[in-house]
Amino acid sequence: MLETTWFILWGVLWAVYFMLDGFDLGLGALMPILAKNNTDRKIIYSSVGPFWDGNEVWLITAGGVTFAAFPTTYAVLFSSLYSALMLILFALIIRAIPFEFREQIDNPTWRKLWDTCLVIGSFLPALLFGVAFANIFKGIPIDANGIYQGTLFTLLNPYGLLGGVLFVLLFTVHGAIWLSIKTEGELHDRASSMAKKLWPVLLVVAVVFLVATGFSTKLYNNYLRMPLLFVIPLLAVVGLLMTRLFVGKAAFWKAWFGSSLTIVSATLFGVVGLYPALLPSSLNPAYSMTIYNSASSPLTLKIMLGVALVFVPLVIGYQTWVYVFFRHKVTEEELAYH
Amino acid sequence: MDALLLSRLQFAVATYFHFLFVPITLGLSLIIAIMETIYVRSGDEDYKRMAKFWGKIFLINFAVGIVTGITLEFQFGTNWSRYSSYVGDIFGSLLAIEATTSFFLESTFIAVWAFGWNRLSPKMHCVSIWLVAIASSLSAIWILIANSWMQHPVGYAIRNGRAELTDFIAVVTQKFAVLTILHVLSAAYILAGFFVLGICAYNILRKQHTEFFIKSFRVAIVFTLIFACFEIFEGHLHGELLKHTQPTKLAAMESHWETTSSAPMYLLSIPDPKNERNSVEIGKVPYLLSLLATHSLTGEVQGLRDFPKDERPNVWLAYFPFRIMVSLAGLFVLLTVVGWFKRNKLESSPRYLKIMQFAIPLPFIATTMGWTLTETGRQPWIVYGLMKTSESVSPIAVSQVATTLVGFIVLYSLLGLTAFYLIAKVARKGPEPIADSSK
Repeated sequence: MLETTWFILWGVLWAVYFMLDGFDLGLGALMPILAKNNTDRKIIYSSVGPFWDGNEVWLITAGGVTFAAFPTTYAVLFSSLYSALMLILFALIIRAIPFEFREQIDNPTWRKLWDTCLVIGSFLPALLFGVAFANIFKGIPIDANGIYQGTLFTLLNPYGLLGGVLFVLLFTVHGAIWLSIKTEGELHDRASSMAKKLWPVLLVVAVVFLVATGFSTKLYNNYLRMPLLFVIPLLAVVGLLMTRLFVGKAAFWKAWFGSSLTIVSATLFGVVGLYPALLPSSLNPAYSMTIYNSASSPLTLKIMLGVALVFVPLVIGYQTWVYVFFRHKVTEEELAYH
Repeated sequence: MDALLLSRLQFAVATYFHFLFVPITLGLSLIIAIMETIYVRSGDEDYKRMAKFWGKIFLINFAVGIVTGITLEFQFGTNWSRYSSYVGDIFGSLLAIEATTSFFLESTFIAVWAFGWNRLSPKMHCVSIWLVAIASSLSAIWILIANSWMQHPVGYAIRNGRAELTDFIAVVTQKFAVLTILHVLSAAYILAGFFVLGICAYNILRKQHTEFFIKSFRVAIVFTLIFACFEIFEGHLHGELLKHTQPTKLAAMESHWETTSSAPMYLLSIPDPKNERNSVEIGKVPYLLSLLATHSLTGEVQGLRDFPKDERPNVWLAYFPFRIMVSLAGLFVLLTVVGWFKRNKLESSPRYLKIMQFAIPLPFIATTMGWTLTETGRQPWIVYGLMKTSESVSPIAVSQVATTLVGFIVLYSLLGLTAFYLIAKVARKGPEPIADSSK
């Protein structure tokens, strides 16, 4: 029971991370298309300025919780995905630094350098997290000793790449909606029409992904055993429809909640399908990392649960306050302050 | 070259680099919080300008500290998977608690502070920097508890083929952790203090914004003096602790080979590990080692020869860093005491100011030496007495680690140089003019 509770929390933490960092990564990747001049770019930076850092802590927590609750999964997963994960980390470094460094020197080449870093550093994690999670859903070649029998290219299989494309689309739609919330005028219009343009592509890829999941993974087994669980992919579809509906009505906060729902449900769709495995082995199901063979001791799980029950609601509380507190639109006058 | 050596190098590069920025974050957030508190209580706009000016430097530094911290958390899994799997029950939970209780608070409220100058009341704004300062020191406390457990594992039992937690309170409150926390936090505060004092000295010397920097200096000198003195006192407690917890580290840092009672200390020795002796020993102080390690003139101190050769750390990497760290700690007390006496006549003390501007790197050297002693002195163990470093590396290819090691070195060098350049630029430019600070 304790293990299952932590399994759910584990999935939720990753889902929340993708929901939160998703929009700032997606927006960073879209910057070259959405921004026409330096003011636009400054507005894009400012629209996520107060949030990206707090969002990224959900990644540290998701990683930390994997370590704390399922240390063997953490060990096998992270060493197996060594190169992909390191690439994500390097990318996250170069996407974070521009927020503080870009305005320090008033020079177009300097700014161009950091803008390039932001774009690459936003796009790569979006893509690679998708590739990584699709491969987790599918299972990776780990042997009886938890040793990975593949290379970086093993991960770049069609289903993995499809997952990457899905994540990029989810995040960019999410990001375009966020910029629509935070801006007015031309930039706002470009952002909202970008969300509209990307949406049908996202819909197609999402449907293809759901179908491909039936062929490439065993995720649906849990759903067939317990049909009630189909609510989760259904919620992803509902979220997707909400997104389009509210973008059309120019109700961007509601659209943002729609795309948030999509991202959270899409992640949980995979996680629930995995249960009780956290990392299936494609060589032999008996080699999979599960909540039974990789969880921490009951004492550790209990202590961690206590910590989570006290602090996670607190974090949600003050982070929500920050989102409400900085809910205003970013305008040119606003920029003059910073 | 094997994956083990490369992984060790990579972790060393990543942690050394990370810890150039962390102490500034720890100390400077506290100094800024103090400045802003003075502003809120006195209404003196100068202190608001101070908070803003030092805040600018803080933010550049903070960004690098954050991004280089994330890679560390993930490296336990990528490069040290056997370690992670064996001790994750204890070590992993400490990292997760650190993130949940501290990182969120720190990262959320630094944004509130940076973007909230015109949106928050002065009091609330000041509260946000205090939250940042408290959260960053709290995060240091958790990670140091985790590190202390590697130095001196307690509260666990070997079950199911791994180390499992049996007593959380013992892990969190063990003496090793308490002393390490006091030691490292004080070191960080001293480092940040010298950083502020040095930048002030530079500007006062050049008669730039003199009044502003004299005022900043006066805030920082009290702060730094307190922790510099405390650190000397606190450092002495470690000798006895090591005798009970890590005798090989104690013997290595003193290059002490033969188990002896009434052990003397030498001002300078040249270790000769091959022949298990010192080739040179100068400046004998009788009884001193026994006194420091056992609090008795005749106490017995174990020598390295008592331990199998493959369980001894590298003596050179323990002995010299220890000497350098301690000498610098003494110098910090001297410099801050002098500074305190000169605090009202700084402009007429150019020689002191010159020394202080060049003293900025010294605490960085001291902390780096301290970590060198702590971490190499623990070898060959990754968890002292429980698990060897050589047994803990991931089953990964040499080429993978080699590639990322080069990546770390290149990326971090560029990052470090750029951050250094930008901080120097802000430090030279000085605070915003008074008229602007109302914005």
